[in-house]
Parts: sequence; C-alpha cells; structure tokens
Amino acid sequence: MRTLHLATQGLEIGAAIGAAPLFVGWVNQCRAWLQNRRAPGLLLPYRGIRKLFHKDAVLAEHASSLFRITPYMVFGAMVLVAAIIPSMGTRLPLTVAADSIALVGLLATARMFMSLAAMDIGTAFGTLGARREMMVGFLAEPALLMVIFVAAMISQTTSLAAIAEHLSSQTLALYPSLAFTAVAFTLVLLAENARIPVDNPATHLELTMIHEAMLLEYSARHLALLEWAAALKLFNYACIGIALFVPWGVATGSQGPAGLLVSVPALALKLAAAGAGLALIETVSAKLRVFRAPELMATAFLFAVLGLLVHLLLGA
Amino acid sequence: MPKTPLDGALVLIAAWGIIGLAGLLRPHSVRFVGRVLFPLSALCGLALAVVAVAGMAAPTSRALLLVGLPDLPIHLRCDALACLFLLVLGAATTGISLFAGGYFRQGHGTAPGLLCLQYHIFLASMGCVLLADDAYAFMVAWESMALSSYFLVTTQHRLAEIRRAGFLYLLIAHLGAIAILLSFGVLQGGSWQFTFDSMRAAHLSAPWATAAFLLALLGFGAKAGLVPLHVWLPEAHPAAPSPVSALMSGVMLKTAIYGVLRVSFDLLGAPPWWWGLIALGVGLGSAFYGVIFTAVQTDMKRLLAWSSIENIGIIFAGLGLAIIFHGFGMGALAALALVAALYHCLNHAFMKSLLFCGTGAVLHATGQRNLGRLGGLMRGMPWVAWLTLIGALAIAGLPPLNGFVSEWLLLQAFLFAGDVPRAFVDMLLPVGAAIVALCTALAGYAMVKFYGVIFLGQPREPALADAQDAGFLERAGLVWLAAGCVALGVLPVQVIGMLNTVCRGLLGVSLADPATQWWLLAPTAARGASYAPPVFMAMSALVIVLTLLAVRMLYHRRVRRAPPWDCGYVRLDARMQDSAEGFGQPIRHIFEPFFLIRRELPGAFDRSPRYRMEISDRIWRYAYEPVALLVRRVADLVTVLQQGRISTYLMYSFVTLLVLLGVVL
Repeated sequence: MRTLHLATQGLEIGAAIGAAPLFVGWVNQCRAWLQNRRAPGLLLPYRGIRKLFHKDAVLAEHASSLFRITPYMVFGAMVLVAAIIPSMGTRLPLTVAADSIALVGLLATARMFMSLAAMDIGTAFGTLGARREMMVGFLAEPALLMVIFVAAMISQTTSLAAIAEHLSSQTLALYPSLAFTAVAFTLVLLAENARIPVDNPATHLELTMIHEAMLLEYSARHLALLEWAAALKLFNYACIGIALFVPWGVATGSQGPAGLLVSVPALALKLAAAGAGLALIETVSAKLRVFRAPELMATAFLFAVLGLLVHLLLGA
Repeated sequence: MPKTPLDGALVLIAAWGIIGLAGLLRPHSVRFVGRVLFPLSALCGLALAVVAVAGMAAPTSRALLLVGLPDLPIHLRCDALACLFLLVLGAATTGISLFAGGYFRQGHGTAPGLLCLQYHIFLASMGCVLLADDAYAFMVAWESMALSSYFLVTTQHRLAEIRRAGFLYLLIAHLGAIAILLSFGVLQGGSWQFTFDSMRAAHLSAPWATAAFLLALLGFGAKAGLVPLHVWLPEAHPAAPSPVSALMSGVMLKTAIYGVLRVSFDLLGAPPWWWGLIALGVGLGSAFYGVIFTAVQTDMKRLLAWSSIENIGIIFAGLGLAIIFHGFGMGALAALALVAALYHCLNHAFMKSLLFCGTGAVLHATGQRNLGRLGGLMRGMPWVAWLTLIGALAIAGLPPLNGFVSEWLLLQAFLFAGDVPRAFVDMLLPVGAAIVALCTALAGYAMVKFYGVIFLGQPREPALADAQDAGFLERAGLVWLAAGCVALGVLPVQVIGMLNTVCRGLLGVSLADPATQWWLLAPTAARGASYAPPVFMAMSALVIVLTLLAVRMLYHRRVRRAPPWDCGYVRLDARMQDSAEGFGQPIRHIFEPFFLIRRELPGAFDRSPRYRMEISDRIWRYAYEPVALLVRRVADLVTVLQQGRISTYLMYSFVTLLVLLGVVL
C-alpha cells in the first residue's frame, strides 16, 4: 500500500510537470477555436520552452544573485504545490507535510520572490509589474484562503487531501456555500494566473501587463523555467478547483491500484473541460482597467466570506 | 551556583546592571564600550535565555528581597509565564547587544558610556518587570523601563523632532502607567495588600473584575501600541538608535503582553468570554489599521514601527480568542489560541529585531532613513541584504519561516472554533480569520516594498554605490536573529512543548501532546490538519537543487552580461523605478478613507513644479489634536491668574484667607 502511495505521489508530480505546458496549449487551442482563428499546435508551449533552454542567458549588468535564483525558487514552489494537491489520489505521503494553508503560503512565497526579482533590475516596467502583481495578490491570497476555509469547515480539516476525500465520499449534493466559493475561486484563478480580465497572457502592450512585465529582463533558461512555472501554476489552480468542487473519481486509497485507472482519465477529462471553460471565459470577457482589478478581487473575497456565512447559517 | 531559575535570572540582571555601570568608567571610549561591554551583555542575554528555558520546567520559585522602603520588601516570583518572557528578553538581547556593540559610534548625542548605562538599566528593568510579584516592585520596574527607554529614544536630543517624539512617548507611557496603577488598586479588592498573592486570593465581584481588566487593557495597551493608543510608536521608534528600536519593538512591547496575561489569567483567574471579544476586536482593528499604514510609509523605521502595531494586534487577537474559548470552557482550543499568541510573541521578537537591526546597518552605511533615497544596496551590502531578506519573508508569514507557524496556529484556532454557544460569536470568528488572512497578505505587500526599495533596483543616490557592508559584530548579531527566525520556523514542535508548560500554568489545560513525532505539527484533532516544517524545508531544498542540477546537466550554464533590456529603452536611470510612494499607491487608492492625505499638486504653468504628498493618521488629527487644543485653552485661562508679581500672589492669599474666614465664621 505504501509503495502505491509513493507511486501515486511520484506519478502526480511527474504528470504535473510534464502535462502543464500541454494544458496551456489546450487552453490556447480552445481559445483559438472560439475566436475563429486557426489553432497553433497543441505542443507549441513545449517547443517554446525547449528553444529557450538552448539559448544563452543574458543577464542585466547589475542583476543580483536573488535575480538568478528566483526562477529555481518559483519553479520549485510550483512543483511542491503540485505534490500537495490531491489530483489523482488522496493518500499522498507529502500531504502530511503541508496542508492547504501551507499551500497558500507556498503560492505567496513564489509571488513574493517573483516580485522581488522584478524589482531587482530597477527598470520602470519591472517595478510596475511587481507592484501590480502584489496589488492583485494581496486581495487574491485571502480570497483563496477563504475559499479553502469553507471547504475546510465542511470537512473539518485543513488538509486538502482529506477535504477532497471527504467531499468525494458525499453523494452528489449541492452545497450552497460551495457554489458561492466556486465563483470566488474562479475569479481568483483568473487573477492569479494573469488571464483576461485581469491580465492578458498574449499581450504585447507593456503598459497593460502584469505577469509579463515582471519577466521582461529574463531570458533563456531562466525565462524557460518561469514560463514553465507559470504553466504549472495554471495547472495547479485547475487541480485545486477540481479537488475542491468536483473531486469525484479521485483515488482514495481503498480501491488499490485500480483507483488510479479511474482517477487518471477522470482527471484528464476534468482538466480538458476546465481548460475549455477557461478559454470560454477569456473569450467572452474584456480586459479590465488595472484599477478595476482590486474591485474584482474584493468581489471574490466577499463571495468567499459570504460562502462561509452561508455555511455557518445553513450548516451546508 | 544559583539553585533556582529565579536566582539565576537575578544574578544575570544584576550583571547587566554592573555592565551598565562599567560603561561610566570610560564613557567616551567607543572601543571599550562596543568591543567589551556589549558583547558581555550579549553573553548575559544568552545565559538568561538558557536559564529561562531550564526554568520553564522547574517549579515556581519565589524570593523576598529586603531592600527599598522599610516594611515594603520586594516580592519576586518566577513561574513558567515569566520564564517564557525572560526567554524572549534573553534571546533577542543576545542578537541586539552583539549588533549594538558594532553599532554605537561617537556621535553628537549621548556619550557611548552613558548610553551603555541607559541601555542596561532598560534591560534590567524589563527583567524586573517580569519577575515582580507585588504591585510596588512592578510599578517601580515598569517606570524605570519607561524612563530608561525615554532617555534612549532621545539619544539625539539636539534635534527638536526627536525631543518631541520622546515627549509623546513619555506622555502616553504615563497615561498607561496610571491606568495600570488604578487596575492594581481595583485588584487588591479591599485588602490593601499589594502583593500579587493577595490579589490572586481576592475574589472580585464581576463589575470590579471587569473594571480591573479594562484598566489593565488600557494601560498595557498603551505600552503595546494598540490602536488608538498607538500614536507614540511611529514617532519613537524612528527617533531611537536602531538597536534600541529593536529592543523596544521586539521586547518591550512584549512586556505589555505579559502584563495583560498576568492580570487576566493569573491575578483575575477566570476571565469571562466577552472580555475576549473586546481583546479580539481591538487586536484585529490594530492589525488592520497597522498594516495599511505600514504599506504607505516612506521612512523605513516608521514602516517597521507600524508593522509592530500590526503584529501586536495579531497577538492580541490570539489572546482574545484564547479568552473567548476559555470562557466557554473549550480547553483545547483556548490552549491552541494561546499557544499561537505566545508563539507570535517569540517570533516577533526575532523578526522585528532583525529588521530593525538591518535598517540600522543601512542607516550607518548610507545615512538615510528615507526610502526615496535608498536602493540597490544588495550589491554593496550582501550580508545585511540576505539576512534582512529572511526577516522580511518571515514577517510576511511565508513558509517555512517562523511567521508562518504562528499564523498557521492562529488560523487553525479560528477555523475549528466550531460550536461556540453564542451564535453571533460563531459567525464573527471566521470573519476574524478573513481579517488575519488579509493582514498577512498586506504585510507581504509592505515587505516587498520595504525590501525591494531598499536593497533591490538601482541606487537612487550616487553615494549609495559605495555603501559598506556591516562590520563583524553587527553581522554576528544579525546572523543570530536570522538563525532564530529559521529555527523557530523549522522546529515548532519543540517550541510548542515549552509553550505548553505556560499554557498549563495559565489555563490548566495544554495542547494535546504534539510531540508524537518531532517533525510533525498536528495540534488539532482534525484529521490531516498537519504541517511538518522539516520535511517541507527538506523537500523545497531538494526540488530546487534538483531543478538546478537538471538544468545545468541537460543544457549549459553560459551567461552573458548586458545592459538591462527594458523593452529597448536605452536611457534608463534610477529615477524611473518606483519610489516608495509609487509602490504604496495601490494601497492608498484602495484604502483611501482610512488615510488623511494632503496633496500639493503643481499647476500647469508652474515654473518649478513640485509634487508633495503627506499621509497622516486620522486618529491623531481627530482624537488627539482636539484634546491637546483643549488642554492648551484651559492652560491659557489659568495664565490669566499668573501675573508674575509677588504682590499679586500675596493678594490672592489674602483674598483666599478672607473668603475662608467668611466660610468658617
């Protein structure tokens, strides 16, 4: 049994690292279809990353060592997040080490390092991106925490794996509180992953950028790692959403290896649906002015708190 | 060899006193004071920390010192609670004194020897506050603490601004002291015995107990810097020399927490639950108010002072939560909340001391406190920069450092409140959790600004390019404090084992034995709600190192240096970076109603356009200034009587006598 859990853990980490660019490719493909464009290849993100790895790294003259280690820190944090999320099975050895609060903390660590690195060169765009990232982040982080708290209070534990296990053991019932928090979570996902309406992943206009503005000074392998980390982040958020709101099908450990046979295809299907949904949201919404973004995040925060209150009032 | 922890602590406190006096031997020798006395003082601090840790498990010890006024012997007592705060004092002082050894130089202010005396009286009086077991001894120690720190704050007494800050500090410290004195007056409960033992024995009726608690909250809150009594903090902390700011923020504010704990749980016994609601409300309010002001500050020490208000608020929120749960008889949760609060006390002592000392090193290297004139110091001062980074990440509550542990514990306490008998409290608690989460995230924002503007980017002034890194003693102090932040973050189970002793002493219950596994923190019964910092840290390191190796093995490690790209813009200069004001702009925009903002905007045809903005505290403007104005008006009325001529005063006496005669006859 132990080896199975270890194998699940390894499979999960490997799958997340391997499939994250694919997920981004899928979202881009769906978006192109919805916008009546010819879709780029599904594997384009992999090619981009590979190309970047082969290039020579160019660093700004006065870049400090913080700037150089940040890509590794951010990528490492995202891999750890992937390890904690019960996307395929809930009996993961690493979930003991970090619960959902630690997961939010990890995401915050990555964000903070990213912003600090963006300030390191001292360019106008870098600091602008860092400031905006922190502005979106300081509202998105508590909103995400509140979303997780609702699920935690329903399942009486803060461990994401235990939450997913508890929720997947319930019969398909509508929790009004979870409906509120699902809305909040979607908004947080859009903001934290630099998607429309908060940021535009395909933008070429520097003044409107958040995430891309922070990466401007990076090149080659550092940039490749950060792009990969961004893809992983999107993948992770999608998996968190799946674990919280549609956990059915996840292997809870009682079924043995057969559980994985169900959970892996189930995860793939859910992710495909989530990617298509994301592309749909991005297609039908317009980008907000930067100063409307806090309002959006405040809405998310209030939705999550509302979900919490609904849970306390109705007990569901 | 001292037998009890109390004896040990007393010996070390006396040693501090002697070290202080030794400073007067050669008051102008920076070398003697800095290289000999301050390191000795750090050694005493370390010894005190060891004594305190050993004393935590020892039984309560008492002593009676027959000094002072006749018939008023000094009662001393050392229990687990006192030991915990002695640990805070000793451990933080070790780092701060080491740092201070390298920090104090010959300047315009107080001579180093005199400074050394004031500094050590301050340390010794903090120790005495923690050991005192009667109201007289407590008040004497409390007042010496306030006075010695007042003199330390006004080290640069030639500057009017600093004298003003010192005066404000003294004023609020005395308002607080009066409230504490009154609280003790209520606590003696008619027995007129002012030992803490008789206060414990006195059973007050509910209204009187409430009065005592509220007075204590007011008095200690003034010292701790709870909103709205916080106004002295952002003034006094920047005025003081950095090691003193570190001591005041890291340790002295904690003595106020100690006072509240002593009065509410020990002297009063069983606090009713709604006191906790007051403490929780005040705490959360302070945390939020403190953190939004942190994010808009432009002076690095003032920024840290506001951040102290936030952290004290979080500690009070934990305390309030503990009182609420205790009042409802929910033992395990009360213990969890109390442990979270105490843990945050320890954490804050290390993180804030580290940050204040870091700013001290920056101040010495550059002579600047204004964030708008700093930048790019990471390259010239790598030691200070990297060690300060640890403090900044810790205070932002990021795993696996120590700030995260207390945040985690506090959130667990909020979250599993579950079945509080009062429905509205049940509803309020998760909102409290939301506020704590928001404050932590905002603290992250403020710390990115603090760190990024000082250490990253390009130097905003040409002189910064040749800033020197800190000296050996300063580095040693910073390393000790940073190591404390990491150790408290990675080994929480061992620390909680200690805190549990305190918990048992105060609440009668302790956290369910967390030491089942030395690496796993699982304080609640909830399945899977656990956090294992050593594993977490090891895994992070492993993943990062593996990534690094993989990238190096699979590809190449070629690096080329070039001018920054900045989207092809070539004439990049340091003024194009965000200033501190610029970085704080979103917060100013979002939380505008909380600030009092005065803007001076240039007109379209100004020859020399100027842009100025000042953010001030609404509480100061609308609560303190009217009172000050009123006092001045009344004083003006009194001056009508004061003519300054002796004949007039004789006239007054004569008229008074006549009136009195008239009344008597």
